[in-house]
Amino acid sequence: MIKVEKLSKNFGNFTAVNDISFSVKKGQVLGFLGPNGAGKSTTMKMITGFLSASSGRILVCDEDVEKKPIAVKKRIGYLPEGAPAYGDMTVVGFLRFIASVRGFNGVEKENRINSAVEKSNLQDVLHKTIETLSKGFKRRVGLAQAILHDPPVLILDEPTDGLDPNQKHEVRELIKEMSKDKAIIISTHILEEVDAICDRAIVIANGGLQFDGTPRELEAKSIYFNSVRLTVDGYPSLNVEKIIADLPCVSRIEIIHCVEDKTSYQIFSKDGTPISRQINDLAHKQEWIVDELVVEKGRLDDVFRRLTQNELDMGDSSADTSQEVA
Amino acid sequence: MMNAIATIYKRELASYFSTPVAYVFIVIFLILSGVFTFYLGGLFERGQADLQPFFGYLPWLYLFLIPAISMGMWAEERKSGSIELLMTLPVSVTQAVIGKFLAAWLFIGIALVLTFPLWITVNYLGEPDNPVIFSGYLAAFLMSGAYLAVGSCISAITRNQVIAFVIAIVVCFGFILSGFPLVLDFFTSWAPQILVNAISGMSFLSHFESITKGVIDFRDIIYFVSFIACWLLANVIVVEMKKAD
Repeated sequence: MIKVEKLSKNFGNFTAVNDISFSVKKGQVLGFLGPNGAGKSTTMKMITGFLSASSGRILVCDEDVEKKPIAVKKRIGYLPEGAPAYGDMTVVGFLRFIASVRGFNGVEKENRINSAVEKSNLQDVLHKTIETLSKGFKRRVGLAQAILHDPPVLILDEPTDGLDPNQKHEVRELIKEMSKDKAIIISTHILEEVDAICDRAIVIANGGLQFDGTPRELEAKSIYFNSVRLTVDGYPSLNVEKIIADLPCVSRIEIIHCVEDKTSYQIFSKDGTPISRQINDLAHKQEWIVDELVVEKGRLDDVFRRLTQNELDMGDSSADTSQEVA
Repeated sequence: MMNAIATIYKRELASYFSTPVAYVFIVIFLILSGVFTFYLGGLFERGQADLQPFFGYLPWLYLFLIPAISMGMWAEERKSGSIELLMTLPVSVTQAVIGKFLAAWLFIGIALVLTFPLWITVNYLGEPDNPVIFSGYLAAFLMSGAYLAVGSCISAITRNQVIAFVIAIVVCFGFILSGFPLVLDFFTSWAPQILVNAISGMSFLSHFESITKGVIDFRDIIYFVSFIACWLLANVIVVEMKKAD
């Protein structure tokens, strides 16, 4: 439903988005990841027709954004970054305005507003002025505005920013629920969110596409993927370290911490394959008293850092992080 | 097409009245127009039943008050970021520009209509030429549209309302003065006569005054209408270019 082809955007000499291509199908939730200023918002602004692309093409529901902006805007629900709204209006007044612009009137208009209000839990603040609302409520007003016309395409720029954990959960549930018959793009830098609601993730850094795949695949890129945390009785011993490090499937071992004569080691798998069995067998053979043996799924924040900082480090020789991952 | 314009127009108009802006503007406009008409214009002392003192000062009153209305039209949208919302709704820039302009113009028109006690006063005191007064009001409304179109366009250039206010005053001042020797003398020395005539023909005042005298010349009306259209067109272009800056 959304197709982005070789999209680029320059502001003067600065390249904000560089040759990005991807597509989103109906039923998919795509997560945009990337550090601040990476080009996530710029890409979203181009898809929604707020910014025009320097080169490349965007199709939404098979319509070209440049050629038929109004037709495309009708099909998109958009929550811009920071959820801007008309602060001097009441929530219900604002939603009535949006409904009218979207071409609804009469009973249909009221029904649409009611359902959007219900979905975004705005019942209690309907007649309050938007500028007096808390950040979380403002965000939900923006969300209500975006879903009011039940669009086939939803573009949400940081939909859970500023929400408390309960509200975050509600919004995620809402997005999941709506995802069945929509194509949704959300941007976030909360990595757990990608795990929670996205079935695809894209990492953008410095304007370029660094990764495109499922959250599982993203996790698999982590050095922690299938690594094992082993806690055994006894003080840190070189002997344990050495025996484990000698296993062919292990790339590296680290002591994480040691509390009251228990020592935790982080053992990294060489090529991301499971190593828990080998470690377990070894522990048995060596008769270590195992307190804990946990297999890690992979840490998204670690992948995120590597994907986005590698790029940053290309210019200079500071290779602190890349040495560690190598 | 019309539906989108009407929706934006209604929202804008309502937003004037949902904040103190509307009331402050109307009260100040009415007080100042009274002061100008009765004290500075000497409505009673003149001994004539007409509203010339009122219409004579109106261009100068509008010079400050209309940029105060227009300064927020686009600068505020850009500053608060709501322009991103507006421009990603299914409305064209032209519709948004027209809707906003009409709302502000009608609002200024309402303030103008509220000066009707002046009209009642002169009718009570004497027998004025009411068609002339009517054409004065028409001229005032057209001229306020011209000020407003300039102000709206300039408001789209910046996100700072104070800058929008000051520049709009300067530009409108230029269009008032362009019929005066102060401006014309600057051009007569080197510019061809046709250009000097064109500049003097751009003046608000000459067109305004000819209508307030009761002569509704089609050319004066065309002047104001096309002036408004040109500035609104520029407004659309400016918004297109600068909306995301």
